[in-house]
Amino acid sequence: MAEEIASGAGLALATEVLGFVYPDGTRALDGVDLRIAAGEQVALIGQNGSGKSTLVRHFDGLLRATTGRVLVGGEPVGSRHVADLARLVGIVFQNPDRQIFAGRVRAEVVFGPHNLGMHGRELDERVAAALQAVGLTGSEAVNPYDLGYSRRKLLGMASVLAMATPAVILDEPTTGQDARGVARVREIVAALAAAGRTVVAISHDMTFVAEVFPRLVVMRAGRVILDGPPAEVFGEANWPTLATTYLEPPLAAREGARLGLGSTPTEASLIEALLRHVA
Amino acid sequence: MSLRLEGVSYRYAGSTATVLSGVDLVVERGEVVGLVGANEAGKTTLCLVAAGLAPATIGGRLVGTVHIDDLSTAVARPFELAQRCGTLFQNPATQLSGTAPTVWEEIAFGPRNLALPLAEVVARVEEAVRLLAIGDLVRRDPARLSGGQAQLIALAGVLALRPSYLILDEPTSQLDPQGTRLVGDALAALAAHANVGVLIVEHKTDLLAGLASRVAVIEAGRLVAGGPAADTLADERLPGWGVQPPAPVRLARAAAAAGVSLG
Repeated sequence: MAEEIASGAGLALATEVLGFVYPDGTRALDGVDLRIAAGEQVALIGQNGSGKSTLVRHFDGLLRATTGRVLVGGEPVGSRHVADLARLVGIVFQNPDRQIFAGRVRAEVVFGPHNLGMHGRELDERVAAALQAVGLTGSEAVNPYDLGYSRRKLLGMASVLAMATPAVILDEPTTGQDARGVARVREIVAALAAAGRTVVAISHDMTFVAEVFPRLVVMRAGRVILDGPPAEVFGEANWPTLATTYLEPPLAAREGARLGLGSTPTEASLIEALLRHVA
Repeated sequence: MSLRLEGVSYRYAGSTATVLSGVDLVVERGEVVGLVGANEAGKTTLCLVAAGLAPATIGGRLVGTVHIDDLSTAVARPFELAQRCGTLFQNPATQLSGTAPTVWEEIAFGPRNLALPLAEVVARVEEAVRLLAIGDLVRRDPARLSGGQAQLIALAGVLALRPSYLILDEPTSQLDPQGTRLVGDALAALAAHANVGVLIVEHKTDLLAGLASRVAVIEAGRLVAGGPAADTLADERLPGWGVQPPAPVRLARAAAAAGVSLG
């Protein structure tokens, strides 16, 4: 499965003093400088309305910068056609119902890669692998609206995975997922990472981002306020900054600090530090 | 006074699959009851049945009884249900009316439909806005909100109906950590001070640990465990039911497995 959904290389994404103002005057982005290397996995965290979704929508041309620049694969996004960007950057929306339109699960997943010119056996394999990755094998003939919300969300993910874009953007992939669903999302990110694809995820789940992503970018009011590995971002020195945007580090980080073990953003790093401490 | 499901089984119209089987559940006024379980276990269906929307509005076949106080949902009329029991759907986009030009009007939509005096409508909207701290959103266009903002507005619209019971299907799924705490505090306050009975479906067991007095677990349409929140959330079978235990429980277990102590 890993190779099937995740073949191909990554793609660099960048913004330079990116600003964006919605038509109603809401300033959603205010000078964002962000460089994401090809094959990097980054999580965006921050409050509702801090600009995370607005930011990622610039990478596939859904939104165009009010000021500043957006670079995809090193080239300004403005010089690329939206159809070309669709081959490069796949976005899984937060709300699957804004994405799903087909009458059958399989048709929904076929749509993207078919539009990119794929057909025959390659298309079949791609679609089968994407459905398997999200655990929807066997539901090919089901109407998407007969699936529960959480599985519709996984279907939205499958339809983007099937396009095999070098960069994949996941807008709150774990919302509404149970423990198994969250584990599935983790496996998908790991498979994409192993294949060298670029992954950008938006999430409110601090435990999930600390355990799955090597780099975290914290946003507040349209700006990036912290950017680094989980051990640094969730380190005690940054707690006051996190508090300015009402974020709390994962429990493992707080426990590690309480026990004087340094920065332990994940359960595994906390246990490891405890074992070292005992030894 | 309570919301009671007794011997409830249910299947959707046009389907032979039994989605709920033999469910007995009571939510007293003034208490918060959590419902957890894997996706597709029947949580949303239980919400629809408890609120009286199934089968009255969407059809299907119900066995057993559902009572909201002394009112049986089998004979209740929609407006009677709406005044007793407020329901928040999982996807806020399906809940917002789509007819209100501003968030304020959206929250007022429910109370207006109850034909309340204007002063009462205003008071209810203002109170819901204050409870959820969404004063900065009231002039916005409901169609141009983030997912989390839409979820808060949909909840505010339900609170403005001032129901005796609230049935909430993953009310914080799209909220940031602060929004999640805020909703938790608002629900605790409603239960404690306004004597509201709350049934809340949640994957965030950390939220339930601090909010619910009791938690029930549903698997494949049956309630398989239930009791005081602290006991149920520490039940070792939770992961097997597809439910993530609260972070302190997970950490303590991982430490114990590694032979170290967090003390």
